[in-house]
Amino acid sequence: MGALDARPIGASWGGSRSAAEVRLEGLRRVYGSTTALDGLDITIHAGELVALLGPSGCGKTTALRLVAGLEDADGGRVVIDGRDVTHLPTSRRDSGMVFQAYSLFPHMTARENVAFGLRMRKVGVAERRQRAGEMLELVGLSTQADRYAHQLSGGQQQRVALARALAIRPSVLLLDEPLSALDARVRSQLRDEIRRVQREVGITTLFVTHDQEEALAIADRVGVMRAGRLEQLGPPTSIYSQPATPFVAEFVGLTNRLAGVVTGGAVDVRGIRLPLIATDTPDGPAVALVRPEAVSLAPALDGFNGPLSGTVIAVSFLGAVSRLTIDLGDTTVLVQVPTAEAAAHPGGSRVRIALRLDPVLITREGAQGRG
Amino acid sequence: MNRRQRRRLAAFKAVVYVVLGLFFLLPIAAMVEFATRGVGISSPRTLTAFTSIGSDPELVDAITASLELAVITSLGMLALLLPTMIWIRLRVPQMVRPVELVCLTPLTIPAIVLVVGFAPIYNWIEINVSDSILMLALAYLVLVLPYCYRALDAGLSAVDIRTLSEAARSLGASWATVMWRIIVPNMSSAVSNACLLCVAVVLGEFTVANLLNFENLQVAISILGTGNASVSIALAVVSLVFVFFFLLLLSFLGRALSRRRGGAARA
Repeated sequence: MGALDARPIGASWGGSRSAAEVRLEGLRRVYGSTTALDGLDITIHAGELVALLGPSGCGKTTALRLVAGLEDADGGRVVIDGRDVTHLPTSRRDSGMVFQAYSLFPHMTARENVAFGLRMRKVGVAERRQRAGEMLELVGLSTQADRYAHQLSGGQQQRVALARALAIRPSVLLLDEPLSALDARVRSQLRDEIRRVQREVGITTLFVTHDQEEALAIADRVGVMRAGRLEQLGPPTSIYSQPATPFVAEFVGLTNRLAGVVTGGAVDVRGIRLPLIATDTPDGPAVALVRPEAVSLAPALDGFNGPLSGTVIAVSFLGAVSRLTIDLGDTTVLVQVPTAEAAAHPGGSRVRIALRLDPVLITREGAQGRG
Repeated sequence: MNRRQRRRLAAFKAVVYVVLGLFFLLPIAAMVEFATRGVGISSPRTLTAFTSIGSDPELVDAITASLELAVITSLGMLALLLPTMIWIRLRVPQMVRPVELVCLTPLTIPAIVLVVGFAPIYNWIEINVSDSILMLALAYLVLVLPYCYRALDAGLSAVDIRTLSEAARSLGASWATVMWRIIVPNMSSAVSNACLLCVAVVLGEFTVANLLNFENLQVAISILGTGNASVSIALAVVSLVFVFFFLLLLSFLGRALSRRRGGAARA
């Protein structure tokens, strides 16, 4: 496929246009009695890729459709490159969109599909053909230019869709779960491909997904959404290691809920004192959210029976790492360790856990009043 | 499937083809036999009944009128149904059911009852607009609605028109462009099916034309039948054969179109 070849497209692309900033200001969208978007504010910097992440029904797709103009906002503004486009029809928004469902026009070849937007813009035949060729080359499909959608694989169709969206040199690229219809291997390949192309052309991009791994892997910044609101917006690393809310902690990555007590800016969990992300937390019972990879294992000493000892009840092999479920008596924890290490702890064996002293987030939800 | 099952299936198919073939071909063969009989009992077979079809000006008029009606009704049906159906699916989906109901209604009303409603309207049309037989196209438009609606509906549901139209609009296409350049080309076989049904209904229509005193093909056949049975039967044979070949042609055309588009219109 030659995905890593250096291609000169980026240069010919940029030329006349610099990347645009996209601002969503207090966007609201109401369907009957449900509020899909409840005052969403996001600024996507020029050339940046922001991923909107959240469970289904959190409003992320609605936000994207509002930017595309496929739906009308009930409040707020969409500003692209300093221009208020809130009330412009889709056809004049100047946004390139890639859909979740295969959206190539079935009666056109890949090249005709890519050239369609240019035809709508009354670009001459020769230039259309040339630019469509360049775009197909950019996504590594030059040799498939004369094929119809049904002659292309799912991944290839989405590449053509990407080329088609980029061919019109839009000021913003909108990706609506473009990978979710693909199988796992193609998905991660195309994800990297999208990122490479996005970097190469330097286009401002909004990427909507419900897959946290996808969002963390591809984005400059990730926005986690819940019930029409933005819970947290930040770089993938801070979303993962410094979640702003329990929802973010539990939605992004696996999380153990361990009961503890907050005293003096730290939380005591099973006899271990863990620092807090938010140090000004008032004292009281709480549940600490601990990542599986922040838990380590050691063989249990004979007769050792403290709050940190337990029994391995399940082992799932995930490749380089394995995930073990440990029964601690009153609760279970997930532990993620290198597979080589996991081999020492088969199901049924007694183990002792240790917690890494990373700052953790706590929640009062489900905390025992008795402490 | 093992060999024995396959052989049984082949035998079953052959039986079905033979039985159906006889069912359709026997009456036609009998018609041909009757229409080619000479006048006397022992007189030789003759084609006069067939050759006299073209020499009867009234008959030629009726045939022309029916063909013109088929074309006008097909075009009118497409102009009326296609944009409406696409539009309501894209913009006012809550109207899909009501429109379907309206389109299917003519199927549930007997032609004779429809005529009772048509009669006063046609009275008015004859006086104020035109008394041409082509005015029948208006009534036929109502008659073909259910069949054509079904055909187009099947074509529309085979295409993801929402995603395709959103993709096209985000690329700068107007609503009209979305309709004619994106959606219609992807339902060409449904369009040709609808036309096919439309032509079949119009060429075979008798009741409405007869009761409204218009002489179309079927009415002409029936009038002829009272005076000259063999010409009437010959005409019936010719019209059957004509419709058969016409439909064959249309369906081949539809298939060729979809093949040229790389099987896009399959499903």
